[in-house]
Amino acid sequence: MKIQILGTGCPKCKKLAENTAAALQEAGVSAEIEKVSEVAEIAKFKVLFTPALAIDGEVKVAGKVPDVKKLVEIIKAAAG
Amino acid sequence: MADCCSTPKAAPVDCCCGGESVLIFACSGGSNVGQLTNEAAKKLDQGGVGKFYCLAGIGGDIAGMMVNAEGADRIIALDGCDVACARKTLERANLPISCYVVVTDEGVEKGHHFAISDEEVAGLCARVQELLA
Ligand code: SF4
Repeated sequence: MKIQILGTGCPKCKKLAENTAAALQEAGVSAEIEKVSEVAEIAKFKVLFTPALAIDGEVKVAGKVPDVKKLVEIIKAAAG
Repeated sequence: MADCCSTPKAAPVDCCCGGESVLIFACSGGSNVGQLTNEAAKKLDQGGVGKFYCLAGIGGDIAGMMVNAEGADRIIALDGCDVACARKTLERANLPISCYVVVTDEGVEKGHHFAISDEEVAGLCARVQELLA
């Protein structure tokens, strides 16, 4: 699984990255995490708002920072 | 490191640290009042009030568009008449509306024609701004 954190480096982006790392640990899922901070690259995902999170190229979250519990759900659903 | 809040205004993506993220949905219906919602939504977008977004994408349950809509802090919905197509579409998608205007409630009579005036568009935009204030 590849998780991309989309955001230009603001506190909310950092919080999303932290929560995602915690959620991966809690879900027992291993994933490659990539931070995408170039606006042009972020725009390719067609997100309107950041921070955002994509799993294997599919945007799952945009414009908010879900808590760890919600991220565990999202990660587990994507892991199948 | 880049600061999100310095992201240029023209950038296609808004960082939610820079303030509220607002989406505008219009019924864009096939009548004067429906088309008024469409024109007002365009003007509100151009005026920086929020982003005019695709109601049909929500009705069609398009995954990426749903994620974007769920990320909005506030949603403005504009309906032409009390059939309320925009409101009902958003409600079905569990997207809460924070500002809502029905054009016929503002005194414009519905007709199957597309003769809309700049004054009507400006009046609808002003009503939205008033509700947001
Ligand atoms: S709300 Fe009224 S004007 Fe708008 S699409 Fe529905 S029926 Fe048409």
